[in-house]
Amino acid sequence: MNTIAILCGYIIVITFALYTLFCFTAFRGHNRERSNRVFARQRVCIFIIQLICHFLLYVKDYDARILVLYFIELALVFSAIYLYKLFYKGLSGLVLNNMMLLLTISFIMLERINIDYAIRQLIIAAASLGVCLLIPVIIRKCSFLDRLGWQYAIIGIILLALVYVVGVEKYGARNWIVIAGFGFQPSELVKIVYVFFLASVFSLSKNIRSLKFITVVSAVAAVHVLILVVQKDLGSALIFFLTYIILLYAASGQLRYFILGITGGAGAAVIAYRLFAHVRVRVSVWRNPWEDIDNKGYQITQSLFAIGMGGWFGMGLGRGKPGIIPVVESDFIFSAMAEELGGVFVICLLLVYISCFIMFVNIAMKMNKSFYKLTALGLAVLFILQIFLAVGGVIKFIPSTGVTLPLISYGGSSVLCTILLFSIIQGMYVLNGSEDRHGEE
Amino acid sequence: MGKNDKDVNVDNIEREILKNLGRQVGEMESGNVADYDPDHTKQNVSYDEAAYEGSYEGKESRRKDSRKDGGSGENRRKNSKKDTGSGDSRKKENRKDAGSGDDHKKDAQKKNTRKDGMSRNREIVIISYISIALFVGMIIYLVNFLASDNTDMLSNPYNKLQSLLEEYTIRGNILSSDGQVLATTEVNSKGKEVRKYPYGRMFAHAVGYSGNGKTGIESQYNIYLLKSGINPIDKAVKELRGEKCTGDSVVTTLDSGIQKIAYDALGSHRGAVLVMDPDDGSVIAMVSKPDFEPGKIASDWKNLVKLGGDSVLLNRATQGLYPPGSTFKLITMIEYMREHPDYASFEYNCKGTTEIDKVTVNCHNKKSHGKLNIYTALAQSCNGAFATMGMKLDIGSFNKTCKSLLFNKKLPYEGVYNQSVFNLPEGSNAGLVTQTSFGQGKTMITPLHNGLIACMVANGGCLVTPHLAASVQSAGGTTLKEFSYSKGKRLLSKKEVSELRKAMKEVISSGTAGSLAGRPYKVYGKTGSAEYDSSGESHAWFIGYAKKGDKKVAVSIVVEGAGTGSEYAVPIARKIFDAYY
Repeated sequence: MNTIAILCGYIIVITFALYTLFCFTAFRGHNRERSNRVFARQRVCIFIIQLICHFLLYVKDYDARILVLYFIELALVFSAIYLYKLFYKGLSGLVLNNMMLLLTISFIMLERINIDYAIRQLIIAAASLGVCLLIPVIIRKCSFLDRLGWQYAIIGIILLALVYVVGVEKYGARNWIVIAGFGFQPSELVKIVYVFFLASVFSLSKNIRSLKFITVVSAVAAVHVLILVVQKDLGSALIFFLTYIILLYAASGQLRYFILGITGGAGAAVIAYRLFAHVRVRVSVWRNPWEDIDNKGYQITQSLFAIGMGGWFGMGLGRGKPGIIPVVESDFIFSAMAEELGGVFVICLLLVYISCFIMFVNIAMKMNKSFYKLTALGLAVLFILQIFLAVGGVIKFIPSTGVTLPLISYGGSSVLCTILLFSIIQGMYVLNGSEDRHGEE
Repeated sequence: MGKNDKDVNVDNIEREILKNLGRQVGEMESGNVADYDPDHTKQNVSYDEAAYEGSYEGKESRRKDSRKDGGSGENRRKNSKKDTGSGDSRKKENRKDAGSGDDHKKDAQKKNTRKDGMSRNREIVIISYISIALFVGMIIYLVNFLASDNTDMLSNPYNKLQSLLEEYTIRGNILSSDGQVLATTEVNSKGKEVRKYPYGRMFAHAVGYSGNGKTGIESQYNIYLLKSGINPIDKAVKELRGEKCTGDSVVTTLDSGIQKIAYDALGSHRGAVLVMDPDDGSVIAMVSKPDFEPGKIASDWKNLVKLGGDSVLLNRATQGLYPPGSTFKLITMIEYMREHPDYASFEYNCKGTTEIDKVTVNCHNKKSHGKLNIYTALAQSCNGAFATMGMKLDIGSFNKTCKSLLFNKKLPYEGVYNQSVFNLPEGSNAGLVTQTSFGQGKTMITPLHNGLIACMVANGGCLVTPHLAASVQSAGGTTLKEFSYSKGKRLLSKKEVSELRKAMKEVISSGTAGSLAGRPYKVYGKTGSAEYDSSGESHAWFIGYAKKGDKKVAVSIVVEGAGTGSEYAVPIARKIFDAYY
């Protein structure tokens, strides 16, 4: 049994490495047919990983629910790929594959950590995928989306402020609302609304470089950020802030705004450090977690132990103790993967994330309409920043900010909104492609 | 092999990113080139004024940007050269522009929006480069973390994942520096692994136990005992057969001969004996009594942890906090020398008892020491002299010196220990000041800390890192890792060290440790009798070192409730020094 488990571990790593390689070779030679062949191979890789991981999970405890979940997940991946291709004519095959792969890994890890989480995650993901099938239609029919402008900001701010009315505190941040037993983090959804807001006002503006316009937009963006700071949701605050700076730079083409923004942000960070004890705690824990190992440094040091014990090839799925790390199912799921599936696996995962980002940026560059372009860019930036903060925090590259890993961490709002993000980009890509074809005919 | 894999991967992405983005930049560049094409501008003449102005503004800003950002401009040129596809697309556009005149206006409009979009791609490319660079930086950090040897980090007792390795390995041996087996695991006839300790109680505290938790070396170097450094092929074969590998051995700095002498010398007393090499901080012997049978820890557990018991499991050498008694006079002397450069002229006439600020200070047995200078005061361990010195000290500065000598601070020791305590607040009354100056008061110290002070005097004033492990060997005997510990900061000046040595030599030649005189080695030391209750019962202390040629050895000995240091602690030191040389 031991032998088979070790072999399975190697097969998982090799298959995933192949998948990753395909991510970067799919577009070699601009040949559509060849690309499609590569995408098909990627899907085979997904199914192999899914099969082997479920085999390992099943033989661990012989829990029949694992088998049931396997078949449901298999059906979900199959049908999602089929339906997405149907509803999104001419979509990016790579983005679709990556989305399905990340969800598959998420289900596997959650089944490993706590099967109840996996079931909930599966339900939410399936529902989200179903709803998101309508996105191309919505984008096509609702041509007013790019003209809503300031209304997005109003929606966003109201949603963010909602936690003061019906909010609860979790993990030291008051940014949750509970609707019918389901916890929901409004900041996740607001991220997307916020990108729409920025893209819309920038693309509508006649004179983007007027001081008055920039001041007003900055003030509204700052309101978002400040609400998050007050809620102690530092990770989201940082993401909102950087997204604003980057979109302003992309829309105006003025490097000085970018530099000014980053400098201002650094200044604000220093002030926050002086002002808030919880910020100082995060920083001191990052600088030396060993000093306070059984209290504040506990989580990060346990995470480092997990990654270190995993080494390059991991302890084997189901053979570690990921449960030791607090909130492992959410913010620290990366460490659990590193522990059981190994360093090579998680590095491949990071490369898959990068390939997603590169595709998003490519899509942004292909967009004709300024609104779509800025939206796609904004969402891409949102996505990569989130991963950077989530992973950087658990490997002690940067101070931990308590951010979820897109599509993998357990969390309804996070999964829903990331699927939404992927779908919006796909939808705009599809629309842009059909307009292009239409124009050329 | 794994490392190479990773490098290749990182290389790959970078290449791919360049390629992908390069292609994009190329396409975008082709659009720009078309704009600047002089033939093209001729056609632009027919555009309406607004559109023309717009495009003019666009160009202007673009030019400004490219001036600002020379580097990326160069990149662009390079990339566009690489991209051969761009020429074709330009041709296509030209052909389209040359089309029918009716469509001209509509075409121009469409072109305008497209160009509006295109002009932003340069910013997008820059943003992508920055994001990807940060991300790649993070991946490199992770690769570096995985590639470096983090066994030290993983050996932290807080790492509860260590026990996972027990499934794959048979726990390795712990060896003494002279090659004796101090702990080993035997597989009995039922296939059950049993931890054996051939020396029984003798190394109980130093080596520790495994089972019912772990202590000592068993805990501190646990991960090395559970990792197997045998030949990777053998390892793979064993793994595939489902057999367990034998874990690596930890070679300690403990000497079984000296440990035995120290263990026997302490006899039935409670207390601790620590023997160290003062130059590198390696612990040669570490005894703490009462002790226990580490091999029977599970069956004896209930008795061992009984409330109100003898704290058998406490390693007194590192965790035991005792009043330092007269050994603290070394610290008072250091502080006095620091504050009074004329310390050499210090004089005190001891009459056995004295009154300072209405506080009576007695010497041991009220013995009168007569006329003393600073060296003889230490040699005779005269309380009156040190109380007098203490009253002349600045309390703030005294606290600072004690802090610098690691009171109330962490020691450079990785095992379990307690911090020593120095508590003399500013404005304390004369009673506390005088008591503190000769080592009573509220001061508490561990034998480990006192041993470090002895090491400092021996090695010329530097703090060493006390440690018990010398190296890690594979089960086959190949050395896999040698622990190295640098000599730490200098805490005492050379001048201070030579004065302390002068006084500590006097302790042997004419003072309280006379029985160490006339040996084939030179001894420097300080005795102490630390009273711990009002009845006058005291712990016997001796700290110091012996020297013969270049060979030095330091000791820190405490015998609980025995009496004076001269009577009970000094003979133990003598046995150890005799055995050592």
